[in-house]
Amino acid sequence: MSAVQELPAATPAGPRFAGLKKRAGRHRSWTITLSVAVVGAGLALIAYIPPFTLAQPSNAWIDGYTNAGVFVMLALGLNLVVGVAGLLDLGYAAFFAIGAYTYAYVASPFGNSILGINLIETMGNQAAGIVFWPMLLVGALVAATFGILLGAPTLRLRGDYLAIVTLGFGEIVPIVFLNSDAVTNGTNGIGGLVRPALPIMGAFSAMNPYPYYITMLVLVAIIMMLCYRLVESRLGRAWEAIREDELAAAATGINTVTTKLLAFALGASTAGIAGVFNASKLVTVSPDQFTFIVSFTVLAMVVLGGMGNFWGVAVGAFVIYTINNVLLKSLNQFFDTTGIPILKDVDFIQLQFLLYGLALVAMMLLRPEGLFPNSRRKRELHTAITMDEQDSMTTAEATSEEGQR
Amino acid sequence: MSGVLDNPPILVARAVTRRFGGLVAVSAVDFTIPEHSIVSLIGPNGAGKTTFFNVLLGVIDPSDGEVEFLGRRMVAKPERIAYESLVWVLPAVVLGLAAAALGFTGLLIDRPLGIAGFGVLIVLMASLLLGIIRPLWYQKRLARIGIFRSARPNDMVEAGVGRTFQNIRLFKNMTAIENVLVGMHVGLKSNLLSAMGNTKKMQREEAAALERANELLTLVGLMGKGNEAARNLPYGDQRRLEIARALAANPKLLLLDEPAAGMNPKETQNLVALISQLRDELGLTILLIEHDMKLVMGISDRITVLDHGEKIAEGTPEEVRKDPRVIEAYLGAPAA
Repeated sequence: MSAVQELPAATPAGPRFAGLKKRAGRHRSWTITLSVAVVGAGLALIAYIPPFTLAQPSNAWIDGYTNAGVFVMLALGLNLVVGVAGLLDLGYAAFFAIGAYTYAYVASPFGNSILGINLIETMGNQAAGIVFWPMLLVGALVAATFGILLGAPTLRLRGDYLAIVTLGFGEIVPIVFLNSDAVTNGTNGIGGLVRPALPIMGAFSAMNPYPYYITMLVLVAIIMMLCYRLVESRLGRAWEAIREDELAAAATGINTVTTKLLAFALGASTAGIAGVFNASKLVTVSPDQFTFIVSFTVLAMVVLGGMGNFWGVAVGAFVIYTINNVLLKSLNQFFDTTGIPILKDVDFIQLQFLLYGLALVAMMLLRPEGLFPNSRRKRELHTAITMDEQDSMTTAEATSEEGQR
Repeated sequence: MSGVLDNPPILVARAVTRRFGGLVAVSAVDFTIPEHSIVSLIGPNGAGKTTFFNVLLGVIDPSDGEVEFLGRRMVAKPERIAYESLVWVLPAVVLGLAAAALGFTGLLIDRPLGIAGFGVLIVLMASLLLGIIRPLWYQKRLARIGIFRSARPNDMVEAGVGRTFQNIRLFKNMTAIENVLVGMHVGLKSNLLSAMGNTKKMQREEAAALERANELLTLVGLMGKGNEAARNLPYGDQRRLEIARALAANPKLLLLDEPAAGMNPKETQNLVALISQLRDELGLTILLIEHDMKLVMGISDRITVLDHGEKIAEGTPEEVRKDPRVIEAYLGAPAA
């Protein structure tokens, strides 16, 4: 080691590296906090401007934003797994469910009786909401634990095989929650969860959407910040290296197993946080909230937003959620009131999945790298054809070398 | 020159054998690499060079024999690995049984299954994680009770073995400097928490890493090309970048798999200069696999010749050049 440090004098870093150097030590915190605050305030403002107020009342807008925010969190977490580390996870909703049920056990009378604790009784329904805050962390930890339990045996698989195993896991978890009647209350799920509470403000209420909205913004900002810091660190580079070429990554000293597992666990913990938040907002959890369609929607959000780019993914998630749940509804209203002949008879909500599917197909044809692509992904997709020959050669070697082990 | 060969060995391979079904790709090859030497491995196509190379690197397990690096047994035939799973499960099972026993007697706790369940799960998780992370002390303890698993490629890098690939395997969509930074992975200390906290220490480390990556790029002659995507670099530069990436982990031994493949004579000449420089200035030990005889003969302290998986000759370039078995392997036996 010492021998290497006595190298011939290093040439000073050229100006070309100045940007990169700055990036290595820069705090993203302020830019992200500020952007989330501005976007949050802007969206809240939109909810009060006339053309939008016609579609639905302002409070419903804010509430809708908050639901969209849950998907933004999910998409950010999945982006870490799929976009950065390149592990296709089709069962992401399982971790969302685990987070939600974790909160339900601690924050509902039924759950308390199962766990054998008297939290709600002793603290009272209102004050017990304070557990929401530590539960965000606990939910993340529990989901991460299950992420590791699932990942440990399966991360040796790659690509399609991993996707199938995660798909299975995504199905198993809701089905277990559905069928273990005695401990999960089956189809009915667990109801009567306490709403989050703050020491001075008291408990959140269903009437006022703002506390949830602001909590969501804070969570999104924190998650986004951590994601950026992670991908720009040594770990982030390791994830990208694994996505590019796993064998080469191992040959540069990256422990591919633990590194992939870490990505998986971090993605799962983000879903756990989203699950806790979502459960506290809906005040009820049931297995039908966590079907495959959730996993799929989040994956579509990641792909559409631009894999690997956190802001892109967040915007993608928000846009898709809003189109699905607000725009299509208001289209119906809009055409009803304007009375345009054919369009007013079309039920756009029924056509939701058709339009959604068409949008996905169009997107993949026109802009496969997503709305806001990561520069590296773009490079990957647009030079793929010219480099095909060389790539196929490397893959052939990879498979032969792994087959031998 | 021959003085170098008397150095203490940095890597010792003993009777390494690898069979694929009925085919013996490498057969009982003994091989040592003295410190600070440049040794080469040559042989006709299909002689088992790359298989041997992969065994040394922990990419594939040997069917027999072992490899020692810096006195530590790194690679050998896996022994009793089935028992390792017991190590993961046993503590949890014991705890579960103990808790159940306590529960039945009614001592201590009134809800034995719930709490015991948590305990068992946590112990199971801990031992599973131990099996995944495989810290050095864990491996050593296992070896003491006779359970042995070969080092993985990343363990070899950590121990001080760097490598390049026969057909370049850079991270093509990353820039040159990012490739080198990935190579520095084992040398960097930052972890999940320091990355999430963006600590001062980590920032300093990253800045230093960037500096060092630039030095390495300069060393291999890629000054000023750091921000170019690896896939856009010319072929010769990609080869050099791969060497820079391997050097980034501060290896003691560098394994180069056909580094001159596809290079023109001038690029090869530069490569020879670079390899000598690595040995003389950085004090590295180098193992070469190469088909370019001019390069091999010119640079090697010792040459080992493999044919059909067997070592047929070993010695200085002059000795090997005159060896009748080597000539036969390359040109065929003279007509009787």
